Amino acid sequence: MTILATAPSPGFDAPGVEDFNLPPIFGDVTKPVLQFVLAAVLVWAFFTITARRPQLVPGKAQFLGESFHGIVRNAIARDNIGHDYLKYVPYLTTLFAFILVNNLFGIIPLIQFPSFSHPGMAYALAAMSWLIYNAIGIRKHGFGGYLRVSTWPAGVPWWVRIILTPIEFLSNIILRPVTLSLRLFGNMFAGHLLLLVFILGGEYMLLHSESLVVNLLSPFAFAMGIVFTFFEAFIQVVQAYVFTILTASYIGTVLADDH
Amino acid sequence: MTTQITILAAEELNPLVPHWSEIIVGTIAFILLFLVLRRTAFPQFERIYAERTDKIEGGLKRAEEAQEHAQALKQQYEDQLAGLRAEAARIRDDARAEGQQIKAELRAEAEAEAARIRQRGEEQISAAREQAVRELRGEIGGLSVQLAERIVGESLADPARRSATVDSFLAELDQLAPRREQATPAGGAS
Repeated sequence: MTILATAPSPGFDAPGVEDFNLPPIFGDVTKPVLQFVLAAVLVWAFFTITARRPQLVPGKAQFLGESFHGIVRNAIARDNIGHDYLKYVPYLTTLFAFILVNNLFGIIPLIQFPSFSHPGMAYALAAMSWLIYNAIGIRKHGFGGYLRVSTWPAGVPWWVRIILTPIEFLSNIILRPVTLSLRLFGNMFAGHLLLLVFILGGEYMLLHSESLVVNLLSPFAFAMGIVFTFFEAFIQVVQAYVFTILTASYIGTVLADDH
Repeated sequence: MTTQITILAAEELNPLVPHWSEIIVGTIAFILLFLVLRRTAFPQFERIYAERTDKIEGGLKRAEEAQEHAQALKQQYEDQLAGLRAEAARIRDDARAEGQQIKAELRAEAEAEAARIRQRGEEQISAAREQAVRELRGEIGGLSVQLAERIVGESLADPARRSATVDSFLAELDQLAPRREQATPAGGAS
């Protein structure tokens, strides 16, 4: 980054990985560190306000909180976990709200940086979900039983098992947290990069290009930037939802009696 | 030299390498958030869901009970109404029968009264006729004697003869008008 800064190349520098390597605000505190704390505070405030003195007939705030909680409770937890789903609703709701707010930071003015475009916390949340569903599975079936449920599908000939069991083990035990975290990270990373390309590109076209035609074309770049901002909003919600629903689905799978 | 720096920079910029400060702070923030919300907000929501469900189901049950109660009351009222209707009909029939009876009694009484009145009238009439006949007979006797004295010119001083004459005369009269046999002697009623 320093090298690039000291040797400015002529023409447009396409935004890249270096744009995600923001300088720390102080010490080891990077921008996402503050965003995670801010997101936690916002989510806490949202649920605390909406759940204060709940009424049978909800007011607007309570309705909002109940709707959010109800989506995770009924559409995600109940449909994917089934019996005994209530135990996991608090974790799933917190997960969904926390990821959602951090994702939306990517398009909220003045913040405009999706926290999960740094992969650290995506790893951490994926690891947490991995620990949780493995722990649930082991507690329900015992260690051997859980391994059998996860890697030994019923009604398969022995020669298929030679291939199938390693694949099942790999996909169910090893790769799930990897895909879970990389999917979230990759989407946020790519989405932010996309917006950078359009906005910084538009800025370059408007301010730094010597060609008048290119100057005049710059609004199209900004317009595309706005279009993709809406698209990003959609992606951010979907990714938060996907992370949560996959976690719920993994829990539901290990709780199922016959896989 | 430059290549070395570029490699270093590229290593530093690997986007898959996490920042440990983010992991630590983020994880603490997330777990704290989870623990707090699990104790405060989420139980509130669950409580209100349960309360709402209870309220709705309870309301439905209560409505059902109220309906059953209303049905029972309606049945009761209908039964009572039917009983009252039957009683009213019975009372009406009784009244009609009684009226009939009273009418019959009154008619019988009136007929009896009329009969009595008629009988009394007949008695009076017959008494009056008897009296008239009696008076007439005495008068006729006297008149006949006077007439006979005058015609005959002889004194009918002899009471026996006179009496026999009168009796025979009267017998003749009775034969002319044989309505009632009259045996009463005229005496000296003239």
